[in-house]
Amino acid sequence: MELVRIATTGSVDDGKSTLIGRLLFDAKQIFQDQLDAVEDASRRRGTDYVDLALLTDGLRAEREQGITIDVAYRYFATPKRKFVLADTPGHIQYTRNMVTGSSTANIALILVDARNGMLEQTRRHSFLASLLGVPHLVLCVNKMDLVDWSEERYDELADEFREFARRLDIYDLRFVPVSALKGDNIVEPSANMPWYHGPTVLELLEEIHIGSDENLIDVRFPVQYVIRPHRHDFSDYRGYAGKVSGGLMKPGDEVVVLPSGFSSTIKNISTHDGDLDEAAPPMSVVLTLENDIDVSRGDMICRPHNQPHASQDIDAMVAWMSEGPPLRPGAKYAIKHTTKWGRAMVNELQYRLDVNSLHRDDAATELSLNEIGRIRLRATTPFFFDEYRRNRETGSFILVEEGTNNTVGAGMITGQTA
Amino acid sequence: MLLFSGGKDSAVVLRLAVKAFWPARLPFPVMHVDTGHNFPEVIEFRDRMIESLEAQLIVASVQEAIDQGRVVEETGPRASRNRLQTESLLSAIEKDRFDMVFGGARRDEEKARAKERVFSFRDEFGQWDPKNQRPELWSLYNPRINVGEHIRAFPISNWTEMDIWQYVEDESIELPSVYFAHQRKVFERDGMLMAESPYLRPTDDEELFESTVRFRTVGDMTCTGAFESTAATVREIIDEVSATRITERGASRADDRTAEAAMEDRKKEGYF
Repeated sequence: MELVRIATTGSVDDGKSTLIGRLLFDAKQIFQDQLDAVEDASRRRGTDYVDLALLTDGLRAEREQGITIDVAYRYFATPKRKFVLADTPGHIQYTRNMVTGSSTANIALILVDARNGMLEQTRRHSFLASLLGVPHLVLCVNKMDLVDWSEERYDELADEFREFARRLDIYDLRFVPVSALKGDNIVEPSANMPWYHGPTVLELLEEIHIGSDENLIDVRFPVQYVIRPHRHDFSDYRGYAGKVSGGLMKPGDEVVVLPSGFSSTIKNISTHDGDLDEAAPPMSVVLTLENDIDVSRGDMICRPHNQPHASQDIDAMVAWMSEGPPLRPGAKYAIKHTTKWGRAMVNELQYRLDVNSLHRDDAATELSLNEIGRIRLRATTPFFFDEYRRNRETGSFILVEEGTNNTVGAGMITGQTA
Repeated sequence: MLLFSGGKDSAVVLRLAVKAFWPARLPFPVMHVDTGHNFPEVIEFRDRMIESLEAQLIVASVQEAIDQGRVVEETGPRASRNRLQTESLLSAIEKDRFDMVFGGARRDEEKARAKERVFSFRDEFGQWDPKNQRPELWSLYNPRINVGEHIRAFPISNWTEMDIWQYVEDESIELPSVYFAHQRKVFERDGMLMAESPYLRPTDDEELFESTVRFRTVGDMTCTGAFESTAATVREIIDEVSATRITERGASRADDRTAEAAMEDRKKEGYF
């Protein structure tokens, strides 16, 4: 069954927890003992309603402070699909968590309160979803019950959002008028809004086509591990294990290995369950090649006439995630891109981006926690990459602070430095 | 090193590891943290699996830790060796200087586990610090550590109980017989059916009776509860799991009932 990853973000007031709770509740995905525990906890806290946020807030500190600190993952399934929902807090101090939750998402669910319209955080969340390349964005216009189920108000908000979204890179944009509290258009179609003929939120989640979210054109196979069995029945076997990060691969295809530039032909695509005729993202397979050439972890296998950029100079948008020192030009970090590690120096901070106004600050000299900016990196060794817009796997990297080994930066490659 | 309890989740992780490295054999050993209070069926299953895979088995024994005075056993009718496993696990990691430990924990099991990273960093004391975790983006995991630290890796973090059973069915994965309906002498305690064993006996006011039961999780016999079920095949279990209204830990783990944050506290000390 198809697995869909959803990122949702927002604050207490916009009804996000209610929407998720409603989605899980109506899809019958909350267990009795979980509900008992939440009812218990709500009573102890003196709230007079069942606070469904308590379902996802796992840590003691989160429950004590009544906030979500981290990304909370919820799992549910319908007869059509399985879902992993990454729920993140919406305040600006949690930009780091939103970036994390969005990095693997197929669909971003964003809520607006029909009474208030677009707020600063609506713009921020939409921008982050677009920056992280989430292919589908669903805007839920919530609390329709409080604007008398007005079609006019809904159209007005949808138009306003469309206008704003033109400045972003959003591939597929959908709108649904809902009342999370009353359950309208969450799982069941609303009787209160006969003017709306589109799908409910759950129907959208079940039906949005995610098959073409993967890049099926550019063959990219970062080698993760070299398999040498040392068994008499596989004495000359030499296989290259990894996850297909792009394109379709078939036995007989001519390939080139980077950085060596040696070429060969795919002999077999093998798995424990037998050989395959074809491999595509996101499959993990083992390739064997016709020629005995030198291939190691971190190498990239691709087609001769469709190669990634090979460069030590990388231009990227980077989201800073460290509570420690800020990112500054001249600083050196460990960098991980696909299966390859290296070291890189920040050559230049070109600008810092205001995630609310999208204003570029060219005078910025550093990026602190939760800030996003455009940088130029110089790596110790060439990396083999694509633009993030073209391939989320070969277009992304992380920066790791040497010494503490903390992951401090998340990078989305915009290109190679000319 | 890969942690293998003989339970369904670790059986799935073991299968994934075997498939990932095929046709080579597992390039790391398998470890069982043994409380000494095992289901005999599970030990028999463990040994059979290890033999068929030609894998190396390390047993980290809680009994040995007790005998050597490294830990002191709890007392009373509710005594459990569950928490004592932490010391045995950490000692074993330290002894062989493992950099990485694979485990079968899932985020949907328990609310503290829901916050765990796929690559979970542990300091030199084996501690988990939930407020200071490495961000995890895309599939770019960060396994870097300094000497004495280690990473716990949870490849099936995002799987649900249903995913496990569907995979067990798809892959025809063998499991210990206690997962399937069988006749057993049990008694009721705290709303769960506990198996009578040399390690756990009913008190005077708890009545022993025979029933058709199965276990939904498999751990230490003193804190793993059974429930009445006639599901004798994987297909029947899948049907049962899809109809259930109670989570697996709620149904079968006495150790998580002691407090709202029982698991979080054990995990911070270095538990699985």
